[in-house]
Amino acid sequence: MTVLNQQRVNNTHNHLSNPKTYPPGQHVVTGNQSAAIGAFLSGVQVVAAYPITPQSPVVEELAKFIEEGELPAEFVPVESEHSAMGVCIGASIAGARVFTATCANGLAYMCEQLHWASGSRLPIVMACVNRAMAAPWSVLNDQQDSMSQRDAGWIQLFCKDNQEIIDTVIQAYRIAEKVYLPVMVCYDGYILSHTVMPIEVPDGNKVKKFLPPYIPHTPIDISKPVNINPVTLADPRLNADGVLCHGYMEHKYLHHQSLRNSLKIIEEIDIEYKDIFGRSLGGLFSEYKTDDADVVIICAGSLSKMCTLVIDMLREQNVPIGLVSLRAYRPFPNQKLSVALKNKKLILTIDKSLSYGYQGPICIDIKSSLFESGISSTVISFVAGLGGRDIKPYEIAEKAYDYWNKFNKKELTNEIIYESQWINCKY
Amino acid sequence: MTSILEIPADEYMLPGNRSCAGCGLGIGLRYILKALEGKCVMTVPACCLTVLGGMYPISSITVPWVNSVFPGTAAMATGLVAGLKALKREDITVLAMAGDGGTYDIGIQGLSGAAERNANFLFVCYDNEAYMNTGTQRSGATPKGVKTTTTPIIGKIHSPKDMGQIMDAHNIPYVATTCISYPTDLYDKVKKAKDIYGLRYIHLCVPCPSGWQYDPKDTVTIGQLAVETGAIVLYEIENGIFRLTGRSRRLANGGKLKPITEYLSAQKRFANLDTSSLDELQEYIHKRWNEFITKDKTLTE
Repeated sequence: MTVLNQQRVNNTHNHLSNPKTYPPGQHVVTGNQSAAIGAFLSGVQVVAAYPITPQSPVVEELAKFIEEGELPAEFVPVESEHSAMGVCIGASIAGARVFTATCANGLAYMCEQLHWASGSRLPIVMACVNRAMAAPWSVLNDQQDSMSQRDAGWIQLFCKDNQEIIDTVIQAYRIAEKVYLPVMVCYDGYILSHTVMPIEVPDGNKVKKFLPPYIPHTPIDISKPVNINPVTLADPRLNADGVLCHGYMEHKYLHHQSLRNSLKIIEEIDIEYKDIFGRSLGGLFSEYKTDDADVVIICAGSLSKMCTLVIDMLREQNVPIGLVSLRAYRPFPNQKLSVALKNKKLILTIDKSLSYGYQGPICIDIKSSLFESGISSTVISFVAGLGGRDIKPYEIAEKAYDYWNKFNKKELTNEIIYESQWINCKY
Repeated sequence: MTSILEIPADEYMLPGNRSCAGCGLGIGLRYILKALEGKCVMTVPACCLTVLGGMYPISSITVPWVNSVFPGTAAMATGLVAGLKALKREDITVLAMAGDGGTYDIGIQGLSGAAERNANFLFVCYDNEAYMNTGTQRSGATPKGVKTTTTPIIGKIHSPKDMGQIMDAHNIPYVATTCISYPTDLYDKVKKAKDIYGLRYIHLCVPCPSGWQYDPKDTVTIGQLAVETGAIVLYEIENGIFRLTGRSRRLANGGKLKPITEYLSAQKRFANLDTSSLDELQEYIHKRWNEFITKDKTLTE
């Protein structure tokens, strides 16, 4: 191990195992607290963030840990989200483990930095507390913010509940540092961020073992200077030693391949996590009563937790229905999903966002996955919960019941197949 | 003051780089890196300096170099400082270097935030008074009356910001102006700034033959004329104490400014200025010069 890397090992693991207020065991916390404790246990060394509702309590909690001296990290209270990600990029290049959190317009304001972070192959972990995009202003929940950044080259993981938030943050560092890609940990604003739930806080000593120190791929070393991210031409080019080096396109190919390879890594790390901490998050997605189902609901985030009630309600009515809860949205587990959805007759996707002018992004991706596998299930796109519009289990159940009947009676019109169905929109 | 013969012979720039013929930036960077003895990590946004640094996988510089998005130089520098501090590697100076566009315009929010937090890095604004890398568009630093590609007929109608004053208003420990035509002035200021904690801001005047429209062989002369006519004034503000330095100090101590027309007529970018505008500019330069002299309480030293 080089001297630089030894320094890193010595410096990464010098925080307390657990925050004093959150020893290992059961605690009742909000989603935002859960994210902050996850970052603490992961031993983050630099936190940079800008306030935005409903994300702010995450970094307030971390600022408290840092000012109380429990977490030996640098807290940088930046003047914008653009700079928050900029500081994370700089600190991650310098070799520190970094954390930030944002949402909505803050995430959009970071946009070019998101591409810079992933293109630089930096293992930054960011909580995205899903919130509606303005205009008009709304501080309430939907998933338009992270969906709009789908193509920024990040790993995007959704959480169903507050337990999954702390577990996903910890797993995210392990995944990120293994594949050298940033991870966005997405959880629903207010529904999770401001709602208290019981969670099991892991033992920090076990987390330290699970999460080895971060070793950057290109260290800042004065004796071996490197120009990081200079202008890169389209075609490969010789270096000073006459070795042919990648062009822009080869770099992008490698970026994409790493993202695709992370499908396997996300699953493996979840299995390892279960061995140590006793909990699995389902790997890429989780299934509920899908084995004998003909109809499947697919959605992501807290809604998918609620939908287990919907499934139970409809099962009582003898509807052969199940649920797929997406965890990894990017990379998209198209192959595994098409296996899970084989022989399903009707698929109902529920998006809390839109690809304006077409349908919900989850629906679009599911349709293309099925097409790739030659599965000809009928897929219906539902849009729900935009700008915090409440979604009630019985509304979903009624829709599912109704469309299953229509499907059986062959009453699904082109209007239903080619357009999105809006749940509880009073227009 | 360091004499030119006392400046270290060590070089941190490799011979041959992609900057334009006669570019003043190479001269500036050479002395900055000498003053830092190469013990630094640089961060640079999209600008002429990116071009000078070279295209992957070949670089013209022998210090670690981190490229940044255009508005993000100060945030990247802040991150490098925070990361290096977390790893207890504070022996490395973080040098952020952006052009006038990346400082005055798109970079000012991040720079102002970093200055307010007194982030521990050296920020050098190399000012060539327009967006030269994209083809000479006007910036917040372009002087009034100058023809650029976005002020093509009547010339720029607005006066530039005073970036030195803006940075001084942030109460940072060190603000200085310098010019590539006076390498010892630049060298001394960077050397001094290196050992100060907090955000240090150095404003570096860099004549640009293609944008300012003069013969590339005249870069050093043009920079000298800028200072000798008072268009650029060399000063430093250390912990709130203002003092003129180098050539400007000598001019203030019994010298005399040359007429501004000597500087303007050497470049085609000012060709648009009529007699009344020239008189107005000359009057402004004298007024500002007298203000600087009044402000400098150390001149009798």
